[in-house]
Amino acid sequence: MMTKQVNPIQQPQKSVDSGKLWTALIIVLIYAGVFIAEQTIPATSMLFTVLKKGATYALVAVSMNLLNGFTGLFSLGQAGFMLIGAYTYGVLTIPVAQRASVYQYYNGGIVQFAMPIIPALILAGVFAAIFAFLVGLPVLRLKSDYLAIATLGFAEIIRSIFQWDKLGSLTNGSNMLRLFPTFNDFNIKNANGEVTLYLSTLVPFVIAGVCIALIVALIHSSYGRAFMSIRDDETAAEAMGINLARHKQYAFCISSFFAGIGGAMLAMYSNSVQAKSFTSAMTYEILLIVVIGGIGSVTGSCLSSFLFVACSEWWLRFMDQEQYIGTWKMPLLRNGFRLVVFSVIIMIVVLFFRQGIMGKRELPDLFRRKPKAAKGEMK
Amino acid sequence: MLSTVLPYLLSGISVGGQYALIAIGYTMVYGILRLINFAHGDVFMVAGILMVYISSSGLPLYVTIPLVLVLTALIGFLIERMAYKPLRTAPRMSIMISAIGVSYTLQNLVLYITGGLNQFYPVIPFISESVTIFGATTRMVTVITPVLTLVLVILLVLLINHTKIGMAMRAVSKDFETSQLMGIKINSVISITFVIGSFLAGVGSILYFSNYTTVIQTSGAMPGLKAFVAAVFGGIGSIPGAVVGAFIIGICENLIKGLDIILLKAGITTQMLGLTTFSDAFTFALLIVILIVKPTGLFGEKTTDKV
Amino acid sequence: MKKILAILLAVLMIVPAFAMAETANVVKIGVFEPASGDSGAGGKQEMLGMQYANSICPTVEIGGTTYNVELVYADNGSSADKAPSAAQQLVSEGVSVVLGSYGSGVSIAGSPYFAEAGIPAIGVTCTNPQVTMGNTHYFRICFLDPFQGTVLANYAFKELGATTAYCLAELGNDYDVGLAHYFQEAFQALGGTVISETFPTGNSDFTSYLNTANAAGAQVFFAPCSIAYSTQIINQAAALNVAFPLMGGDTWDSNKVVESAKGTSVKVLVSTFYQEGGNADFDSGIKAWMNENSAALTNNGGNDMVAAVSAMGYDAYFVALEALKAAGTTDSKAVNEALWAVTYDGVSGSIAFSAETGDAIRDTAYIKTANTETGAWDFVTVQSVE
Repeated sequence: MMTKQVNPIQQPQKSVDSGKLWTALIIVLIYAGVFIAEQTIPATSMLFTVLKKGATYALVAVSMNLLNGFTGLFSLGQAGFMLIGAYTYGVLTIPVAQRASVYQYYNGGIVQFAMPIIPALILAGVFAAIFAFLVGLPVLRLKSDYLAIATLGFAEIIRSIFQWDKLGSLTNGSNMLRLFPTFNDFNIKNANGEVTLYLSTLVPFVIAGVCIALIVALIHSSYGRAFMSIRDDETAAEAMGINLARHKQYAFCISSFFAGIGGAMLAMYSNSVQAKSFTSAMTYEILLIVVIGGIGSVTGSCLSSFLFVACSEWWLRFMDQEQYIGTWKMPLLRNGFRLVVFSVIIMIVVLFFRQGIMGKRELPDLFRRKPKAAKGEMK
Repeated sequence: MLSTVLPYLLSGISVGGQYALIAIGYTMVYGILRLINFAHGDVFMVAGILMVYISSSGLPLYVTIPLVLVLTALIGFLIERMAYKPLRTAPRMSIMISAIGVSYTLQNLVLYITGGLNQFYPVIPFISESVTIFGATTRMVTVITPVLTLVLVILLVLLINHTKIGMAMRAVSKDFETSQLMGIKINSVISITFVIGSFLAGVGSILYFSNYTTVIQTSGAMPGLKAFVAAVFGGIGSIPGAVVGAFIIGICENLIKGLDIILLKAGITTQMLGLTTFSDAFTFALLIVILIVKPTGLFGEKTTDKV
Repeated sequence: MKKILAILLAVLMIVPAFAMAETANVVKIGVFEPASGDSGAGGKQEMLGMQYANSICPTVEIGGTTYNVELVYADNGSSADKAPSAAQQLVSEGVSVVLGSYGSGVSIAGSPYFAEAGIPAIGVTCTNPQVTMGNTHYFRICFLDPFQGTVLANYAFKELGATTAYCLAELGNDYDVGLAHYFQEAFQALGGTVISETFPTGNSDFTSYLNTANAAGAQVFFAPCSIAYSTQIINQAAALNVAFPLMGGDTWDSNKVVESAKGTSVKVLVSTFYQEGGNADFDSGIKAWMNENSAALTNNGGNDMVAAVSAMGYDAYFVALEALKAAGTTDSKAVNEALWAVTYDGVSGSIAFSAETGDAIRDTAYIKTANTETGAWDFVTVQSVE
């Protein structure tokens, strides 16, 4: 889909696009697969950890891609906006009865109500977008690297503000927010507390899926085309009558909105929120996911999120412990080796596979006959 | 009043000098390649780790210090050759991402080698000793740092202004393509830039870790970011700018840490406000203000984008 | 070249963790401890206690069958954001009971995952009350921060004669913030004044904080932080020639801390769970074991000084075995039920869990001081709160 705007040469549109059909089928299969897996495989399996975290990261990566890949704004403020989303969600949803225990040093805090999950999720996005709007006013005038470093700086400032003791009755100072509803609360239980229907993995897939669908729809709207023209050539875009400042601001706020929701999902995944974990290292991690997937491909960002999470949490875990094949002790394996291998893989991708997994292609493109010109561009 | 402020000023000047030595590496690389070398802070950290391991082998100090500096410079050179040179024609964002990747790799390698535990920096005699200045006790390194920094900067400026390689550097940073056409060996100029930058980061790391005596894989991240901010603050590409910026940031950061007690003593506030929380954030606030008010920094030249 | 690389990458990603050969009659005990990060050194010492216990008693009789005990490790990296995946790793390995952690924040962060899977956890040296509060699966064998904070405040006020104390905690570290909070409460209740500040994670410049304490006229500097920071504080305090003593909580009881105080003029005081010499058999046993085992010696920081957390780790292991025996099965839910009634006479004192919170009932803490000449801990007093 994407390539249509990028490549001037494209295939004539058929009345029924086989690529779209296949894509729809694959997406339905994925959701069905998740649902079935959840009912059949024991809930303690690492698979579900990977799926939940992967869905969360997919949303965050796609939101970053919207900014960095589709609009060409190199922002490194993702962690800051995720933090706002996570805190908004946490502060608004902790049950009133639990507040005294969470806000133990602040007499239960000043917020004395709890919201349902979905409105809180949306508010998480809204607050992140409002902050983004305020941050965007000054920084969006800056160019490339300067924008990157300014947004990185803002993320650090946001982190400090949330840790400030004087705001403790709202943010719980630098301490953890916890005991709010998490993904596991979506499981349907019977009177004995036994789970009758597992939904704790399907729900994050649905939330992330809806958000990503919205982003894809946006990319295909006139706004999306405006964003991409800004990326390709700012001067030309301006000459075509696109209001640069306004469209950059739109992209920045929308991306932050979804980053905020992603942050809230991360909070639900990890059962607790703490400002100190939203460091610039988290932003770098998401940026690497976007790069591995392919800058400018939504499909790529989703795929690489799951791969990245699966490798770091699951498949490469064995490298952190001594392993024996028979009696032969495998060399080098000890705590931290997994991360070394992992960073080497990332460096190889960055240096030799600059297009990432998908380049600029999307899922439906895989089922279409490749136009020759596009193939040449992949090199 | 002065006796309250003085200790903070002293540590500010000291840490400022250390930031300055790192900031020069950022500013020189940016001047030539237009690249924020995110890995530079980690090179600084690796220099610290090298010192820990080499000195534990029992070699005398007059061998270890030069050895550490040479190895650090070599690492800087290798990083450029392996991770940045292949991407010379790629978009700028790719190189920056590669820099982030290198930073990630260096941190994880050190995590693996050290087991993720704090390493204790060896005590270097003389500069680790205590000394009293105007009634404030501090370490010798606090006094040595600004002096050494200034000496190194003057040498560097002389090198850039009065030697052939310096001239080449200036030419490359002015106009990359043209200087290539004029027969300047661009790769060796870039390599030398990285070698000098890493060497200075190595010196900075010896001074910094002699003062704050433990090294862990994340030790380089914050000093690196702050040094970069200092470079932007002073006007990226300008060496004197980076040094001035670094001192300003070092001093401000430490004054913020003492601001509560200074205000309390001066009778302006009646209780502690927890302002130390903002000691890191303040650096970034300063950066954003300067970027908005004077995007080229204090000493930066006005450049126009060519369409 | 590119193709080979691509294939290599694909192979690396596809090869999953090899399935380990499952041998019969093995009971898995999860070790949820930091092996890296700011608390890594302490976590390793705590693990040493468990490993030593495991070497002495590698089997357990459960319901008439002899089981081999396998310790399954997961590194929580001393940080609350790495703890969830470490906890899930243990859960997916199917452990019957979890030991740990050193550090309260990681324990709190890992707790919901154990709860969800119905696995009981035995906190070894996590002292924040929040760890066990409001749940039925987290137990604890050490004293709590309200107690420890009061003990230290009493000691500072009454024995050291301090009226102004300076408190320094790491931002967002539940252990630090909690202990500082309880210290402050107790110290103020005694009539003293407290100046409280926080430092960001990864900070290495403590001179400013020491200067502030000095300028504020503090007579004691209380910094209940990780070993990584405490050594730097001592080092920088020595360079500044500070006049006030430095005080720390149980985390400061480490050979790294006492080493960094050696040869300086700083007075260091800590409160802890166990004093070397408390149980001669255990001390000589673990020393001999460490001296035979070079990896253990390295993990202990290079010498054979017995850390209090090792003694606690040792006791925690046997408490877990008692629970397994009492449950008569390896099923984690049964072990959880059995734990409430477990009593055990450990090297650090006798352990019995309160029916309300699952905390061991402890009423003594040891105060030690660093001997700056010998580089060892000197016993000062046993404190309890009246």
